[in-house]
Amino acid sequence: MAAANAQDTVRTSSGRVAVSELVKRFGSVAAVDGVSLAVEPGEFVALLGPSGSGKTTILMMIAGFEYPTSGRVEISGADMTFAAPNKRNLGMVFQRYTLFPHMTVEDNIAFPLKMRGVSRGERMKRAQAALEAVRLAGYGGRQPGQLSGGQQQRVALARAIVYEPRVLLMDEPLSALDKNLREEMQLEIKHLQRELGITVIFVTHDQTEALTMADRVAVLDHGRLQQIGTPRDLYERPATPFVAGFIGETNFLPAKSMAAAGSGALVPIALELGSGNSAMTVGAVPANALLRVAIRPERLVLSKAGAQGLQGTIVETIYAGSATTCVVEIGNGARLRARIAAERADAAWSPGDQVAVSWRPEHARAFAGTP
Amino acid sequence: MKSTTRPSDFWLGGRRISEAASLALLVPFAVVLLIAFILPLATLLHESLFEPAFNTANYARAFAEPVYVRVMGRTLRVAVFVTVAALLLGYPLALAMSRAKGLALTLLAAAVVLPLWTSVLVRTYAWIVLLQRNGLINQALTSLGIVDAPAKLLYTEGAVVLAMAHVLLPFMVLPIYSALRGIPEDYAKAALMLGASRWSTFREVTWPLSLPGVASGCLMVFLLALGFFVTPALVGGPQQMMVATLISQQVREMLNWPFAGALVGILLAFVLALTLAFNRFIRIERFVGTRT
Amino acid sequence: MSRPLSRPPSAVASGLASRAVAYAVVVFLLLPTAIVMPMSVSPEKYLQFPPSGFSLKWYSAYFTDRDWIDSTLFSLQTGLVAAASATVVGTMAALALVRGKVRGKSIVELLIVGPVIVPHIALAVAMFLVFDRLRLTGTLLGFAMAHTVLALPFVIFTVLAGLYRYDADLEMAALSCGAGRLRTFWHVTLPMILPSVLSAALFAFIISFDEAVVSFFISDLDHKSLPRKMFEDIDYDISPVLAGVATMLTLLTIAVLIAGHYFRQLSDRRAAAAHAEGAAK
Repeated sequence: MAAANAQDTVRTSSGRVAVSELVKRFGSVAAVDGVSLAVEPGEFVALLGPSGSGKTTILMMIAGFEYPTSGRVEISGADMTFAAPNKRNLGMVFQRYTLFPHMTVEDNIAFPLKMRGVSRGERMKRAQAALEAVRLAGYGGRQPGQLSGGQQQRVALARAIVYEPRVLLMDEPLSALDKNLREEMQLEIKHLQRELGITVIFVTHDQTEALTMADRVAVLDHGRLQQIGTPRDLYERPATPFVAGFIGETNFLPAKSMAAAGSGALVPIALELGSGNSAMTVGAVPANALLRVAIRPERLVLSKAGAQGLQGTIVETIYAGSATTCVVEIGNGARLRARIAAERADAAWSPGDQVAVSWRPEHARAFAGTP
Repeated sequence: MKSTTRPSDFWLGGRRISEAASLALLVPFAVVLLIAFILPLATLLHESLFEPAFNTANYARAFAEPVYVRVMGRTLRVAVFVTVAALLLGYPLALAMSRAKGLALTLLAAAVVLPLWTSVLVRTYAWIVLLQRNGLINQALTSLGIVDAPAKLLYTEGAVVLAMAHVLLPFMVLPIYSALRGIPEDYAKAALMLGASRWSTFREVTWPLSLPGVASGCLMVFLLALGFFVTPALVGGPQQMMVATLISQQVREMLNWPFAGALVGILLAFVLALTLAFNRFIRIERFVGTRT
Repeated sequence: MSRPLSRPPSAVASGLASRAVAYAVVVFLLLPTAIVMPMSVSPEKYLQFPPSGFSLKWYSAYFTDRDWIDSTLFSLQTGLVAAASATVVGTMAALALVRGKVRGKSIVELLIVGPVIVPHIALAVAMFLVFDRLRLTGTLLGFAMAHTVLALPFVIFTVLAGLYRYDADLEMAALSCGAGRLRTFWHVTLPMILPSVLSAALFAFIISFDEAVVSFFISDLDHKSLPRKMFEDIDYDISPVLAGVATMLTLLTIAVLIAGHYFRQLSDRRAAAAHAEGAAK
């Protein structure tokens, strides 16, 4: 490759992070089992999953604190799979703030600049600028122990960006904060990221956090990438039952597909729930297969008993201000949760009411396999 | 499990220091121990077994001649007495410490820790001053009229036991205190609620739960007493010879290295055997703290 | 007493009884060391009660005696060297054990515990044998090696405790900021474990300075340690200068213990501050 092209690659890919076929085994257990994804420069990507899904391990391999069993880590166009963590020029914010307790706030933030040989005057200037960027100007002389949790996290953030890295890694940084503080910090981090144009890879187990903050979300389970896409993609078009169940709430119903009718891609699906209670829907699925159909609670429509749809009885209504959840028993012990927005006219149901549950076909997603 | 390409940095093995660097950090430690610990002991034991060819004559001699058997017997006897004395004196102190709080605890702890770190020579010297012919104890005894002439207190087996018990007492108190402090207060309260008297509570609850500490302390004091040199040498004198002073005599006066080596070998074997047998109570690995 | 008892009478009684015994034992523990102090300032050769006067002549005798001063200086020298080497070697070993990958940890553990279990008389005689042949008796090098071995286990225990107590993630944070391993150690790890390291050094010094058995055997006529000189004095001519030396040593021990206590508190406070970060709201 010609030198000019190589430089172009570095420039245009500066801030790009890509992992390919990443595997990490501890003994016989595969914490990460063949994950490939790419984060474009300036993108905010969340790694989302339950504990044990491998999300933190992937972050550690990008940071250089773990070496993969196999696979590649590429940062800004260069192969960094086995590069030392202190040579990767990444910013990192940890779950427990991890500020150096024996240094002042200022010294904490200036530390990476000191490591890069920046002169004292210049260091302090840039540390002040970073403090202002996180709205903590004037706190430079304090000790970390004197600051509140939210303030410490902001100092950690300032320390991670003061040397202007292209990529910022965040390992569940907000999980130690209480709800209000967390939401405030989410906004601040998002604004900061937009302002600096920095690439962010954000690990979290909180799906609301991931959906609100990220441009794209990568959902992981048991070391495998389930789906990566925009929050809307994940919510409205989940690729696997796991994603459908993990993101937001979902109702799952057992179903069976019929023979293909004609040459269309859509196949009729029958849901049988005993006592003749059944409904039909369509989906792009293999014919004559056992399926699970997933429908979001807010997509269910309740009508008076007898109307089209699955017949059932309301067993519980849960009032939550802006919406009411109705739990409907539809036979065979199966229950559906329907969420009805407060302003909808048909919201006034009570336990014991007989209802019919229906939905628009495009709001149901069918997945192969039994529950 | 090994990665396909080698990490680029000597020091870094990911989150931990690499194996090579860890080894490098341990080298000075290993060297010091080899030169100043393993080598000398091996040389001495070699002397005892190979002069010139392999034979166990020195070891046999230790058990054959009555003089030496008496010395070993005395050593064992004294060690047992010291352990018992230390237990009788140390347990109440440890018990009081476990119940004390604040200033009282600090004072009691200081009283135990200060002798522990004071030079053994200082403490032994103090006992000599006390037990001399015109030492304090004799002065008190004669002025109170209990005896007519100063009694011979020094250079007796009793003096050795007393002085050694004093010197080794902190080693008994600390493990017992640690074990007692680990017993949750609730146990005693529960026993009392169930109708037990204070004495029964102690006998049925506190004492059994403190046994690991007691065993630990007794073992430590016993082992230390077996090999003790300074106090028996100064307080016991040549008439009350114990293994350590015998070894010293063989080395410095008789220049009989092989026999001294055999005595050391016997002492070591005894100490090691006891340590291994009681390892369950002491659990050396936890004591060292390399694994939490 | 008009105030009612806060505990049942039997509890108070047995509490008093066990406390009485405990305090009696405390007196037993402290008495011998305490009596040398008045003896060191008494003009008589034998301690009398009540004391007959006050005199500092034994202290001046100590300071003007060549043998006493030489042995004290020799012990100070070996103490400093042994403390320094034990601290460096021990800290390195502790780091490897906690932060490194070590195969055969059990062997290392045995080596750490060895000098503690093996009776000092065995080590003393063994070292005398080897040092005599290598002409290391009475030398600074010989003493330094011997005392380093004896002090190492305690240094390692102390530094290990300090290392476990502080948050290893701080090192990860430093690495992510661009610091290499050595700079991470210098800027982050060492400041955090410094109280433990200092208190380990202090105890290593005291162990070496007070060490009686090994130094008895590896001293020679011209170069002997202070404990060896004390031993000789007790054996041959038990003069009250010893009382003065004993008093000074006891005061030194008290000073070291207070310093060690202070360092340990500092270490605890550092560890608490680091953990408070994670818990602060």
